[in-house]
Amino acid sequence: MTLPVFPDALIDATYSDLKKEAEDGGYRLNQDIDFTKNLIRGLLKNEQRYGYRACPCRLATGKKEEDLDIICPCDYRDPDLDEFGACYCALYVSEAVQKGQQKLSPIPERRPPRANRKNPQPLTPKGLAPLAALPLPVWRCKVCGYLCAREQPPEVCPICKVKKDRFERFI
Amino acid sequence: MAVEHTSGKKVGSVMLYALSTCQWCNKTKQLLRDLGIDFDFVYVDLLEGKEQSEILDTMEKWNPRGSFPTLVIDNKRCIVGFQEGQIREVFGT
Ligand code: SF4
Repeated sequence: MTLPVFPDALIDATYSDLKKEAEDGGYRLNQDIDFTKNLIRGLLKNEQRYGYRACPCRLATGKKEEDLDIICPCDYRDPDLDEFGACYCALYVSEAVQKGQQKLSPIPERRPPRANRKNPQPLTPKGLAPLAALPLPVWRCKVCGYLCAREQPPEVCPICKVKKDRFERFI
Repeated sequence: MAVEHTSGKKVGSVMLYALSTCQWCNKTKQLLRDLGIDFDFVYVDLLEGKEQSEILDTMEKWNPRGSFPTLVIDNKRCIVGFQEGQIREVFGT
């Protein structure tokens, strides 16, 4: 057996939560429910073995700092949605795909290969002083691009719901 | 090493590098089964440490991006991703 057997009730509940969260933020889950639920089994398996929902279609290291960019929703979801109509795993799809107006085809991997991955940026990079005219730094959510001007990024992105550690200093 | 084998029509060596959680890997494996091909596969995420990095090194020679599924046919040709058309074409169906 390749995926642990999670109770159907858990899969259904996770599916409903993800769907609601997606739709609240203007995103859509893949309309193929069986396919989507299998991806959710993968996310839950990764949560169980790594402690976070690493992307089911990518190899996680189990070290959170190295896997931050592929914690679902990953940093690559939005560019892939724009270019191919789906995220790499096809958990999230565009409106055209969801309505059957566009067919899915395999998406090339956008994540840099192992050897070229940058070390994660600290939340307050040195040498990036706030613009003199700005009273506050500006933070950007690396997943959805949400910007906010405040001392620290929010605990949870109000748009795509990822955690604080997915923000970068923008200005 | 945790390489599993599926018996079928012998068409040379066919090796599928996959992840146990990936649905495109799953579809690729199912397609090979449907085509009745003799192939080996390995779930790289179920390996650890040195065993995993050695397998990745081999796989990355074929697919430098290191993505899944990676299908290596006869140590000659590599198909990355669930490319149904290409896979059917290679196995002549
Ligand atoms: S958004 Fe899609 S590609 Fe990105 S981690 Fe989630 S399932 Fe994987």
